[in-house]
Amino acid sequence: MNEIAIITNKANHLIDPVLHFWGWEIPVYLFLGGLTAGILVLSATLILLQRHREYRWAGSGLLLFAPVLLSLGMGALFLDLEHKLYVWRFYTTFRLSSPMSWGAWILLLVYPLNLLLIAGTLRESFPAVHGWIQARLRGRSADLTARLFAWSERNLRRVAGFTLPVGLGLGLYTGILLSAYVARPFWNVSVLAPLFLVSGLSTALALVMLVTADSREHRFFSRVDLFVVLVEILLLFLLGFSMFTSTATQQAAVHLITGGELTHLFWIFFFALGLALPLFIELMELRGAHVNRRVAPGLILFGGLMFRVVVVKAGQLTSWISN
Amino acid sequence: MAKRYGMVIDTVKCIGCGDCVIACKTENKVPEGLHRDWVVEEVSGEFPTLHLEFRSERCNHCENPPCVHACPTGASYVQQGSNITLVDGGKCTGCKACVAACPYDARFIMPEGFIGKCTFCLHRVEKGEQPACVSVCPAHCMTFGDLNDPSSEVSRLLRSRKSKTLAPEAGTRPSIHYLV
Repeated sequence: MNEIAIITNKANHLIDPVLHFWGWEIPVYLFLGGLTAGILVLSATLILLQRHREYRWAGSGLLLFAPVLLSLGMGALFLDLEHKLYVWRFYTTFRLSSPMSWGAWILLLVYPLNLLLIAGTLRESFPAVHGWIQARLRGRSADLTARLFAWSERNLRRVAGFTLPVGLGLGLYTGILLSAYVARPFWNVSVLAPLFLVSGLSTALALVMLVTADSREHRFFSRVDLFVVLVEILLLFLLGFSMFTSTATQQAAVHLITGGELTHLFWIFFFALGLALPLFIELMELRGAHVNRRVAPGLILFGGLMFRVVVVKAGQLTSWISN
Repeated sequence: MAKRYGMVIDTVKCIGCGDCVIACKTENKVPEGLHRDWVVEEVSGEFPTLHLEFRSERCNHCENPPCVHACPTGASYVQQGSNITLVDGGKCTGCKACVAACPYDARFIMPEGFIGKCTFCLHRVEKGEQPACVSVCPAHCMTFGDLNDPSSEVSRLLRSRKSKTLAPEAGTRPSIHYLV
């Protein structure tokens, strides 16, 4: 046996008896950040391939959602900060060794690039919205906006070329943020970064399927998502495999989802409902079956959030020392 | 040469009285409900050959401090000229990255929102005094000093007895050593 007990009064808020310093805010932030990353990667790729005109929502429509989604995510992140008035301190330095510092600066790059992509695609994809904006602006602001639209349209592919690595960086960062913590065995697995990126991409594809009324666009991205979900399952297998074959501490960490207290949450709410069932529905749709087209994407979005809920919680339950 | 402050704690002498905890709270005016140090009791082995160990624990002021590496604003830093890990409350956003990074769960959130932790009683050390926890220990099981100085009491103790650090596999190179 080996039993360790704290015999003096240690009950630090959010630390004891087990760590629970990150609540619902961080999974929501990671989910919305990953979704935004997926949108940017998807739209930038389609623009670079010059196929954004074919797929109105994936190529440009979702770009209108991205700043809102990211702002909601950053709002959740702000709520999580314990010393809120000092939030500006993120932008007084850049710390190479801190993934959170990288993330803070990447988030700052996302907004202007997102805005330029919107400006570059709006006239073609959503002429009514473009016209509505133009009609409401007068004088200097109208002139500046018209110049912004013209510049963005001329340089659309160049902007997409910058956006693609930033989007990939944002998606990977949401995973690296956790995997960089050696102290938390459940998080300290390098495959977490690509897994979060792929999951973010899958949720972005699900959002396309959810909002598009174009059945051709729905069908095409349903097929793409089928492939992405299979990649996600492969990465999940690698995550489990690398932990099972690692140190005793990591083997104990993975037990949380293979018999431990997060098993039901992981296998029922994430894997079965958020991954396997939508995969099955997408396969059925591929074979011509008629299923409500909002079911599979809705489940994927739900699964994406549940995945982050499980991972964030699991990491905090694992440690090198079993106090 | 830079100082490498450390503690050597004799687990055979420690009786788990908790005086170190009270002294720390009093000296550093640690708010109610929060603790910079604590005492654990570890029982290992199989009956009838059980082994009991008391340990006074706190921030390990690691040579390779993951909390400092994880901090996005530079609020967590290592004091120049030593290995004492400190927090600048005026730079801290309360993001808790350092809390996640510490394998010893030694950091906590102050009521004001910034991160709190053991400072090795820097204000006392600068005056040539011992940290409060060390100075009050009735069993004299705690020794504080410069691990870089081969003639210091801590270095001598480490040479004379078998010792261990907590979670050395985490790669943090802790500065608190336990004599076993």
